[in-house]
Amino acid sequence: MKKTILDLEIIKKQELNAFHYTLTLKAAEKIPVILPGQFAQVLVDKSATTFLRRPISIHDVNIAENTISFYVKCVGPATQKLREYKIGEFLNVMFPLGNTFTLETESPVLLVGGGCGVAPLLYLAKYLHAQHVPLSVLIGARNKNDFSELEEYKKLGNVYLITEDGSEGEKGIVTKHSVFNQINQFKRIYCCGPERMMKAIAKIAKQNNVECEVSLENTMACGIGACLCCVTDTKEGNKCVCTEGPVFNINQLKW
Amino acid sequence: MVDLKININGLEFKNPVLTASGTFGYGPEFEDFIDIDQLGGIIVKGTTLEHREGNPYPRMAETPSGMLNAVGLQNKGVDYFIQQIYPNIKKYNTNIIINVSGSKLEDYLAVIEKINDLDRIPAIELNISCPNVKQGGMAFGTSCASAAEITKAARKICKKTLIVKLSPNVTDITSIAKSVEAEGADSVSLINTLLGMAIHAETRKPVLSTITGGLSGPAVKPVALRMVWQVSKAVKIPVIGLGGIMTATDAIEFLLAGATAVQIGTANFIDPQISVKIVQGIEQYLARHKFTSVKEIIGSLEV
Repeated sequence: MKKTILDLEIIKKQELNAFHYTLTLKAAEKIPVILPGQFAQVLVDKSATTFLRRPISIHDVNIAENTISFYVKCVGPATQKLREYKIGEFLNVMFPLGNTFTLETESPVLLVGGGCGVAPLLYLAKYLHAQHVPLSVLIGARNKNDFSELEEYKKLGNVYLITEDGSEGEKGIVTKHSVFNQINQFKRIYCCGPERMMKAIAKIAKQNNVECEVSLENTMACGIGACLCCVTDTKEGNKCVCTEGPVFNINQLKW
Repeated sequence: MVDLKININGLEFKNPVLTASGTFGYGPEFEDFIDIDQLGGIIVKGTTLEHREGNPYPRMAETPSGMLNAVGLQNKGVDYFIQQIYPNIKKYNTNIIINVSGSKLEDYLAVIEKINDLDRIPAIELNISCPNVKQGGMAFGTSCASAAEITKAARKICKKTLIVKLSPNVTDITSIAKSVEAEGADSVSLINTLLGMAIHAETRKPVLSTITGGLSGPAVKPVALRMVWQVSKAVKIPVIGLGGIMTATDAIEFLLAGATAVQIGTANFIDPQISVKIVQGIEQYLARHKFTSVKEIIGSLEV
């Protein structure tokens, strides 16, 4: 997986709700092999306020069409600026970066996403589905308006939903979903979302001896292991989220 | 054909573009993007005698036209470097320079002794200007007496070209530069990062775990340029300029101000190919202005 820098054309934009949007980008040439869990460093506009690239999960990949997509939450000036890009404009993107989830080949797995944490899960689900891995996806949100692309997930496996206000699926927070009553049917859990949620899922996984991997987020400068800014504290010392992650087995972390 | 070669007290560089310590890893991190042999040199990550974990997270804050870092010299120590990293990078056909750092004078010297034996390392950069360590680092570089003392001790044992990296966090950088020149430094590189800080107003907390950190990027370029200009007039040894160089034009400005070579730092984070692009940009500039050698523009500022 050679890392590359390409100018990608925005060919599709989708406004999902007040905070989230997706961008689909197309390369004029063949894109490199991308594995689920990897991310890209996007040069937003090189302005004074968004001087550095922004690390964004690769949400979906279409290798035949040479497209990748991002699922983005508007959290600051850069993600706002990115939202203002128009179809036909180009973004300078460095990818694919980071490691990948451990890709099961046959055992049932559970994908858990909260909020913007669903970003790396769609491509993971598609990839595993193509390998005929039985998969279930649990997505948590504040209310029903926060869900998106549910039809996509339903084509790939069982979909479980939970909302804080009970407007869709079960009511409560992700970790309280009833799917965890049968957690031992899963060989592995893949999780991405707010740190507090991931820690709670990690605890459930540990208690039940189920393998669990989480995808961490961090502010980054380089994205390629040179600056050592994005470290996370692991049992083996500080590790770069950009190159030794973003996916970590929970047993590596001091959680 | 433009001649890009420069030399630092006898050590030849194929061109004046080096990558700055702490922004380029050890080189392999950039192999997917550039041919490292096209650079004048690479200065690898700050190396200490013992393994250092560095500072806790958060270590980075983006600031207007720049960034603050508080990495704190995370590295696995000089022995690890020699055993695990050096064998993989000694193939590079460029000058590989090690940035040496420490908390105590004896530690610096112990690292230099070990590096003395490495054939493919022609120079060391003595880091007396790291703002992110509690002991040592910048403390050595902020007074003439301590800067002179450490340079003298290093010079006595160092078999390589000795470059001393200076801190901008001083009242008069020219006096520090003269002090290290007097004790036998072959060159000075400047500037290391400027001490700064960032605050989260909403949480009323500092952004960095260490509260303060080192500012780099284009925000510091005018300060760096001014210091390079002042120091290059004050000393006879070659000056290596760095601080916010993002383009070939920026690099040329440093050469005009008196730098014999430049280092590319923070720009590597945004464009990992920038260092090689800057080599090409300098060559094009020289050709366009009909210079035959890069040496013709060094210190040629018309005032």
